[in-house]
This record gives sequence, C-alpha cells and structure tokens, in this order.
Amino acid sequence: MPYNKNTAKASTRLKISAAAGIAFLHIPLLLIFVYAFTTEEKSYAFPPPGLTLKWFAIAWEREDIWNALFLSTKIAAISMSIAMVLGTMAAAAMYRSSFFGRESISLLIILPIALPGIITGISLRSAFHIADIPYSFWTIVLGHATFCVVVVYNNVIARFRRTSLSLIEASMDLGADGFQTFRYVILPNIATALLAGGMLAFALSFDEVIVTTFTAGQQTTLPIWMLSELIRPRQRPVTNIVAIFVVATTFIPILAAYYLTKGTDQVDGQGK
Amino acid sequence: MLAPANLVSAGPNRGVFRRISTQLYQHPKTFLTVLLGPPLIWLGVVYLGSLLMLLVQSFYSIDEFSGMIKYEFTLRTYGELLQPANLDIIVRTVTMAVTVSVFAAIVAFPIAYYMSRYATGKTKALFYLGVMLPLWSSYLVRVYSWKLILAKEGALNWLIEQVHLNWLLDIILATPVIGGPSLSISYIGTFLVFLYIWLPFMILPIQASLERVPKSYLEASSDLGAKPAQTFRTIIFPLALPGVVAGSIFTFSLTLGDYIIPQIIGSSRLFIGQAVYTHQGIAGNIPLAAAFTVIPIVIMAIYLTVAKKLGAFDAL
Repeated sequence: MPYNKNTAKASTRLKISAAAGIAFLHIPLLLIFVYAFTTEEKSYAFPPPGLTLKWFAIAWEREDIWNALFLSTKIAAISMSIAMVLGTMAAAAMYRSSFFGRESISLLIILPIALPGIITGISLRSAFHIADIPYSFWTIVLGHATFCVVVVYNNVIARFRRTSLSLIEASMDLGADGFQTFRYVILPNIATALLAGGMLAFALSFDEVIVTTFTAGQQTTLPIWMLSELIRPRQRPVTNIVAIFVVATTFIPILAAYYLTKGTDQVDGQGK
Repeated sequence: MLAPANLVSAGPNRGVFRRISTQLYQHPKTFLTVLLGPPLIWLGVVYLGSLLMLLVQSFYSIDEFSGMIKYEFTLRTYGELLQPANLDIIVRTVTMAVTVSVFAAIVAFPIAYYMSRYATGKTKALFYLGVMLPLWSSYLVRVYSWKLILAKEGALNWLIEQVHLNWLLDIILATPVIGGPSLSISYIGTFLVFLYIWLPFMILPIQASLERVPKSYLEASSDLGAKPAQTFRTIIFPLALPGVVAGSIFTFSLTLGDYIIPQIIGSSRLFIGQAVYTHQGIAGNIPLAAAFTVIPIVIMAIYLTVAKKLGAFDAL
C-alpha cells in the first residue's frame, strides 16, 4: 500500500538518532581516507602529524599488491559468471512452479549465506582434503561461486515475479520457439536484474576472505593480503592505500547495481 | 519489446531448436529438471556434500597418542564440547551474539523508522545508499578501520582526551569482564566492531517491514484516541517485529561464525569461529572442529524455526 509521506514531521530526537546511526556507519570509512595521506609510518597516530602523497607512489610499485589484485579480479569474474548462469536457471525454474521439495530447494540455495562462512569454508576444505583435490585457483572459485549463486538468484527471481507471463505467451503465439523467446523477450526483461546480481556477486567474491582462507593454497588474493597485514602490520601506509582502493572498487559495482534496479517496479506488460 | 524481423523466419537450423523447445514446453517436468539440474548438482554435490561429510566427521574422534583420526562412530568428540574450556567458548560466543543483536536492533530502529516514514525522494535514496554501501563494501577494510580508531594513539582516544573524559574510559575499562587493558583488547572493542559490521543487516529488514505498515492503521489508531507513543507501542512496533527478527537472523548467525573480528580486536579469549579455525588448522583435530561447527548450525536451525513462526521470512 503506498504510504503518503510528509503528513507528519519527524521529531528532533528521531532525526538525531537516525543521523547518528548513519554517521556511525560512515565515519570509520572516512578515517581510512585520512590515514592514506599520513606521514606517520610506525603507528596509527591521530590526528596525522603531516600529510603526504608518497604512499600512493610506493603502493603503485608493489608487485605483490598487483598480483593479488589480478588474482582477486580473475576469481571474482569467473565466480560471477558461474553464479549468473546457475542463479538464472534456478530462478527461472522456481518462480512460478510448485512441486514437492520446492521449499527445501530454496533453503538449499540460501544456505551458503545463511550459515556462517566458516562452516562453508571448513566443509569445503575437508571435502577437498578427502577427495585429494589440491588447493588451487579453482578450489577458490568453487567456494566463491557457491555462495554467489544466491545473490544472482534473489535479484533475478524478484524480476521474474514482476515480469508478465503474457509477454512470453505472446512471443510463443507469434511463432517464436523457446530459445528465441528467451533471447528476445525474457533476456531483455531480466537483463538489468541479472547484471545487478552479477555485480553484487562480483563485489561479494572480490571481498571474500573467510571461505578463501580455507580453500586457498599458496594463492594470495587481495583480502588475504589485507588480512595478513591486519594481523601483523608491516607496511601500515601501504595497507591504508590498498584499503581505500578496495572501498572505491567495491563502491562502483554497488552503485551500478543500485541504479540498474532502480525504478524497475514497473515492467513491460505488467497489469495485463 | 519489439521483435526483430528475423525472429519468425525459421531457418533450417531452427528445426532442431524448435523441436527441443516444443518438447520442453510440452513436458514441463522435463523442462524443470533441465533448468534445476545444474544449480542443484552444484549446490547439492559441492556444498551439501561437503557439509554432510563434515558432519559425519564430527562423529569420529582423534587418537590421543598418535593424533590420527580414528574412523569409528563415537559421541566422544561431542562430549569434549562439554569440557569447561569449550563450554566457556560456546557461552561467550552466544552471549556476544545476543548482545550484538539486541544493540543492533536498538541502533537500527530509528534509522529504519526515519527511512520508511519520513524520508522521501532524494533523502530516501541517500539513506538507502548510506546503508547499502557499508553493507557491501569490504568487510576487512571496515574491520581495519576499527583497528585505527581503537589504537592507543588512535582517533577515539584522541577524541576522549579532547573532551576530557579519560576518567570515564578508565572506569569502563576497569569494569570486570567487559573491561581490559585498552579498548582494542576488550570485549567492548569486539562488541563495537561486531555492531558496526552487522548493523546494515539489521536496518534493511526493519525498514522493509515498516514500509508495509498501512497508513490507515496509524490513522485509525490516532482517531481512536491513541497518543503517538501508544500508537508506536501497540501498532508500529508489533508490526515491525518480524523485521527485527529477520535482521537478528543475520546479526546472530554472522556473530556466531566470525573468527576474524575477535582475532583482530579483542582479548585473546576464543570465540566459536576461532576454536573451529585452530582445531582444524594447527591442531589438525577435524572431528572437534566439526563438532564445534554443529553448534551454530543447531542454534540457527532452532532460531530459523522460531523466526518462521513469527513471520520473519516475509520481511526478508
């Protein structure tokens, strides 16, 4: 039911607590930006004794960071692609049908993110161990794709539910076969939701650390690099640079996903 | 959506496709199997298979002398969970999860309430992004930011000194159990980071459930003479409760399984996640690690059943 706003004014207390809550969510992130420019190398002194840009140049030269970045990007891209295919198939099958075991299947799809990551991580690790699969690039992808499926699934199924069935029927009536209907009718309809789900899956994989620590061998992804710096800080200023870089790169897909799905409550053929 | 002209002109190679698609259309069950097959094989084999194998291992035990896993069915490993040291870990983790969930609900509610009832247009989009961006942005970086804030020479201590509240901090740190030598080495520090990291997971479901409260209910309530506070207590809050429960599913489950936050910010006392990590890693005691993972699974299963009864899933 649409709710007409502006009928009442928020109390000052509510405004302040809402604003404080949002500030609480953002001030820590802003602080990292400040720290990226500090001249202090050995501690987290605040306020920074001086400001400099030299850490950006130093971080740029670091081979290990570049390697970690490329690895993370590659893993996220492949996991995203797998999740987009599997998530769309699952969503297409689930949105309209009712069959025995449907509830269990939807539970199975959300389970990898409903259960703590450490459980996914350790079960995969022990399964790889038992099956004698060496930890590698592909074991990381296997883990990531598993929990990325649900993100795509959620986005796509929400769109499917709003897509009018009559469009598909019309396409069939006009003589298109199933594949043509998919290519020319279904795909354009779900495209933005699929892309948004994919972007979120990418962001999720790019940032994942808990499952990765269990499924990686010698590979150092960017989050694993960060984690080792967090536990044993060696290069504080360089870590700050990597941190703001990671925040910036995850913001892009999230913003893109937001704008892609914005205002899609109205879909072609709705209400018929 | 306009169909390109070539859509209908089926070439010779279209024949096979057409036959397949007709077949699938006439046999919805086959179609369903084709669609569901790959995702189910992936999740069923890769994920569920591994999970079940792990659970099976919790019924094995470790030989105390050789340190090797004995592949015999036993409940001994579960018995080990009841040792005081392990029981401590479980109680500590569950207490933390409850505390974090309660406080997250308290902090999240005003934000969600403002978003759903008062914010419109641009403000609303801004609030929404203000919640979404931290939710999806790097977990590690956000934990890291608290390392900067809580460091002895860091921002929080600087701020406390500026406003001359050192005495208050000292009192808090001197409190038994929750205190410690400094904020970054205390339960308060761990709690703050947990609260910060999981807060967005609480805001969004509450907001979603508040959006669904029909305006007419509120009007009826005030027409019948209820004061705003009364309306809130008797109408809005009960209707928002499924959202709170839905949010707490996340905050609770995520706190139960996390092993990175307490490792980086906190005293050296272990949480379940850390126990699992150490037992499977350095100690090589997979059975005990597996038994430990059963605890969050069981707790979450109970929690989800109760949540379902309260209608929390509709608020997700």
